[in-house]
Amino acid sequence: MSHVTDEPTDELTQLLDQAAPTDDGLNKENKITIIAWGGDLDRIWPTLILSTTAAASGMEASVFFTFWGLFTLVKPGVRITGDNWMQKMLSVMNPGNPSKAKLSRYHFAGAGPGMMKKLARDYKTPLPSELLEMARDMGVRLIPCQMTMDLLGLKREDLIDGLEEPIGAATALLEMKTAAIQLFI
Amino acid sequence: MDVITGTVTRTVDARGQSCPGPLVTLAKALKDAARGDLLELLATDPGSRSDVPSWATISGNHLLEAGELEDGTFRYVIRKA
Repeated sequence: MSHVTDEPTDELTQLLDQAAPTDDGLNKENKITIIAWGGDLDRIWPTLILSTTAAASGMEASVFFTFWGLFTLVKPGVRITGDNWMQKMLSVMNPGNPSKAKLSRYHFAGAGPGMMKKLARDYKTPLPSELLEMARDMGVRLIPCQMTMDLLGLKREDLIDGLEEPIGAATALLEMKTAAIQLFI
Repeated sequence: MDVITGTVTRTVDARGQSCPGPLVTLAKALKDAARGDLLELLATDPGSRSDVPSWATISGNHLLEAGELEDGTFRYVIRKA
C-alpha cells in the first residue's frame, strides 16, 4: 500500500518529466516580435508604442515590416520608387513613412490623420514619426522583408537608416518562434 | 509609507509626456545609473499608475514607492536591479 508523502515518488518525477515540453533549443525568450503588415497610421502607431515600450522594459523587441507595413520605413522625402509603372503606381498610392500614412477608417481624404496628429500634439502623445525615431533609439530591431522589397521595388537606399539586414519568411518565423509574444498587426 | 534606505540619486522628470514617453525617459535614465541606484520618476500621465508597476515587473527593477504629490503629479521611486 502506498502512503502519502511530501516527496515526489520516482514514478511521479518520471511522469512530470514526460509532460514537460521537449527542449528543441528554441525556448522562448523575453522577447516580442511584431509582424507589421498594415501600413495604416492606426496600425503602425500601436506597433511602435508596444515595441518601444518593450525595449524600455528590457525586453528584446523586433518588428518585421512586410507588405504595406514596409512603406513605413521609406525615407521622408523619397516619393516615387520602383522600376516599372506598377511599382511606381503602388508607391504613389502608399506615400510611405508614418507622417504620410493613412487611417484605416475615418480617413476623410487626409483630414482624419491631420486630426489624429492634432490630438496627439494636444495630448502630448508622440507622433508615429517620432515613435519610429524613439524605437530605433531604444534598440528596437527594425527588419525589412526582402521579398516585399523586391515585389514593391523598394531599394535599401529608399529606406531609412538604422535598419537590420532584410530577411525572408524562414528567418521571420525563427524570430517569432523564439519570442514569448508574437503579434501580427 | 515604505522606509527607503539610501537617497534618490536622480530625478527623472517626465511630466507632460504621454505613453510611452515616461517609460522611455525612465529607461534612458536607468542606462546611466548603477545597480542599486534610486531614481525618482515624476509623471503627469494617469496611465503611468498602472504602467510603471507593469514596467517594473517586466524589467525586473524594483518599484519602492508610488504616490501622488499635492499638485497631482505622480511620483515613483525605482531601484535599479
